[in-house]
Amino acid sequence: MKTAQGIPLDYYIWLSAALFAIGVLGVLYRRNAIIIFMCIELMLNAVNLLLVAFSNYYSDSSGQVFVFFIMAVAAAEVAVGLAILIMMYRNTKTTDINILNKLKW
Amino acid sequence: MTLNLFYFLSFLGVLSALLVVFSKNPVHSVLYLIITFFVIAAHYVLLNAQFLAIVHIIVYAGAIMVLFLYVIMLLNLNQEAEPHKTNLIRFAATISSGLLLIILVGSLKGTDQMIAQTSSPVEVGLVKSLGRVLFKEFLLPFEISSVLLLAAMVGAVMLGKPDHIKK
Repeated sequence: MKTAQGIPLDYYIWLSAALFAIGVLGVLYRRNAIIIFMCIELMLNAVNLLLVAFSNYYSDSSGQVFVFFIMAVAAAEVAVGLAILIMMYRNTKTTDINILNKLKW
Repeated sequence: MTLNLFYFLSFLGVLSALLVVFSKNPVHSVLYLIITFFVIAAHYVLLNAQFLAIVHIIVYAGAIMVLFLYVIMLLNLNQEAEPHKTNLIRFAATISSGLLLIILVGSLKGTDQMIAQTSSPVEVGLVKSLGRVLFKEFLLPFEISSVLLLAAMVGAVMLGKPDHIKK
């Protein structure tokens, strides 16, 4: 059971799972909001890589079109998110997410 | 040969992804993330998805990471006075993400036996076939995503505007 290039699909699953777990680790580990944003991008890319691997393995273009749309949504998300972050910095003079605890139970 | 290239790229990708999380300076994190994105683009080339590799480099390394660097420059975050979590929370974060990794690998392990491999390897990743799918089956989502990008642009401008202009 191999892809066209002779690499088993399981290897891509392991690589994507590792990248996703590193993204989750970064979100939980760091307190700087910009680093957390970058780790969210990392998680999106892990999912994209797995979609492309499945698409190539299954010889179906739909997976790659999904990746295309995920890239568009990620670009929109980053633009709005960084604008929110600049607003937050303007009001609190920091990017520490522990400042934003007004909604915390 | 291809397998060795895969091992090398995977090692480089995981290493630079870990350095994104653990480097102290946010600018270094951005640079390591750019390395990770190039590695992922190389993986796309390895998977015969040349169009997506080019789009990935243009969108991520060309647009998104420049945006990140701009914001870091605007906020003047290059000093190493970073807020840090306590050791207990760091330990819990490491344990929980490790557990998530184990669960993901364990639940996805036998997937390639479940999928019947199609015998005819068509070139799905090239611009010709991908464009045909994108502009026939996915035409409506493609148009709607342009509205999404417009809304994101308007939202970013509205949010980034200083308060004293609003009054």
